[in-house]
Amino acid sequence: MALRRHRPVPGFSLTMGFTLTYLSLIVLLPLAGMVVKTAGLSWGEFARTITDPRVIASYRLSFGASFVGALVNAVFGLLVAWVLVRYRFPGRKLVDVLVDLPFALPTAVAGISLTTIYSENGWIGRWLQLAGIRAAFTPLGVVIALTFVGLPFVVRTVQPVLEDLDLEVEEAASSLGAGRWQVFRRILLPAVLPSLVTGSTLAFARAVGEYGSVVFISGNMPMRTEIAPLLIITKLEQYDYAGATAIAVVMLAASFVLLLAINGLQQWSRRSTWA
Amino acid sequence: MEPAEHVGVKAGRPSAPRALSEHPAVRWTLIGAALAFLSLFLFVPLAAVFVNAFQKGAAAYVQSISEPDARAAIRLTLLIAGIAVPLNMVFGLAAAWAITKFEFAGKNVLITLIDLPFSVSPVVSGLIYVLLFGLQGLLGPWLKEHDVKIIFALPGMLLATIFVTCPFVARELIPLMQAQGSEEEEAAVTLGANGWQTFRRVSLPKIRWGLLYGVVLCNARAMGEFGAVSVVSGHIRGLTTTIPLYVEILYNEYQFAASFAVASLLTFLAVATLVVKSLIEWRTESSAP
Repeated sequence: MALRRHRPVPGFSLTMGFTLTYLSLIVLLPLAGMVVKTAGLSWGEFARTITDPRVIASYRLSFGASFVGALVNAVFGLLVAWVLVRYRFPGRKLVDVLVDLPFALPTAVAGISLTTIYSENGWIGRWLQLAGIRAAFTPLGVVIALTFVGLPFVVRTVQPVLEDLDLEVEEAASSLGAGRWQVFRRILLPAVLPSLVTGSTLAFARAVGEYGSVVFISGNMPMRTEIAPLLIITKLEQYDYAGATAIAVVMLAASFVLLLAINGLQQWSRRSTWA
Repeated sequence: MEPAEHVGVKAGRPSAPRALSEHPAVRWTLIGAALAFLSLFLFVPLAAVFVNAFQKGAAAYVQSISEPDARAAIRLTLLIAGIAVPLNMVFGLAAAWAITKFEFAGKNVLITLIDLPFSVSPVVSGLIYVLLFGLQGLLGPWLKEHDVKIIFALPGMLLATIFVTCPFVARELIPLMQAQGSEEEEAAVTLGANGWQTFRRVSLPKIRWGLLYGVVLCNARAMGEFGAVSVVSGHIRGLTTTIPLYVEILYNEYQFAASFAVASLLTFLAVATLVVKSLIEWRTESSAP
């Protein structure tokens, strides 16, 4: 009651009680269960699982391909946001709407579609093939799928910042003799940098745990194109619960670290937009 | 045409200072590069779904989506979304009400916890329920003794879906209700309205578009979730197979046209979601002062 502080609006105990009960049953208890299960593993067992070469290869692919995908999205996401905010061209509104497609399209659908067009005789794959590049069933395919799932994050975090930019600063710079490229490098880039880094990190975080869109295009070869979430499922199917848990705990720890990093980045973005 | 003051320098209109706009050649090169990137990763994959879905003609398409297994998958998906989405809507409303109308210690921790399922890998989201309710799980022996099946059955798929989609509504409503403040609710209460009346008559009309937005996004994810549901489903054809899982089964059986036909149903849903989303955004933007 002491927490309510002059608020006459009722419903605190009801809504808070429901929220906490629901959250505990759906999120907290199952996560706690996983921690209990992990505590049941012996240290040796845990260490053996996560240092297994096949597991390390899967982490390397999951994190590496996510990183490359996030970099691609940083560059092209900034470009797309810039084009959408600053230029007018036919179909701009439609493009703006479609940028959110990876949020709305189920990952399995994205997976089979990307696999079909990037495989050897697919619409895009056949041209890559001519250039001697194989996309589907190689690590490049994993990067393509992870670029797809992360695509909206950079655009949607950079876009509002670009929209709110004060044109007067650019005007002042150019009247002082700065060229367009200098204005971009010295004024625009520093202004959007916090949102660009935040958006790329969001894309990276999303990509690290991604499963549905990757499993079709990757080909799932152990040591080569097998992502960590898939390895968890493989272990589960072999009833190796301990192994699956060990791999998952590392993924979960990475998620927490990324969540903290993103919270910090968002505070940084907010501070720098206020400044 | 948009009003000039909105477009302003951005359109590179003649009266704008030339230095603030790129040379047309540069402008069109950038537009071209952006569209090329989006084509490779968005437009072509989207088009490919429909082209592949109809590659064997409309009759084969209709046949694929009306097979008994397809119908069972559609029913199961509708059932799961029909339970998970309303529950998460109530949760979102309750959480947003508690967080935005009251001050309490640990508010930021609570907000982070609500967001948590978004940062967990879908596979891990499924796994936590297997570790809890599976045969080797913490409650497994007890459940077996009492003949309750959660994993590889509907309850597990439902739980995994609820877990993955529970932040959507809360996440839309919290910033919205924070921005709106509580003055009107406080006035209603002072005038003698009870809590439910205040919510129904004062708050709900103010947040209905945000609520609808959250529900639409929540529904799209609930119907399309793959990883988490895949872990707990057991893939029993016609029984524990949702639409996305059925797409996978058909694809792995090399029934590509049928797979894309069923996938096109989810793609229609995605496109409809984007349309509703844009309509709501357009509505709230035009009604904003």
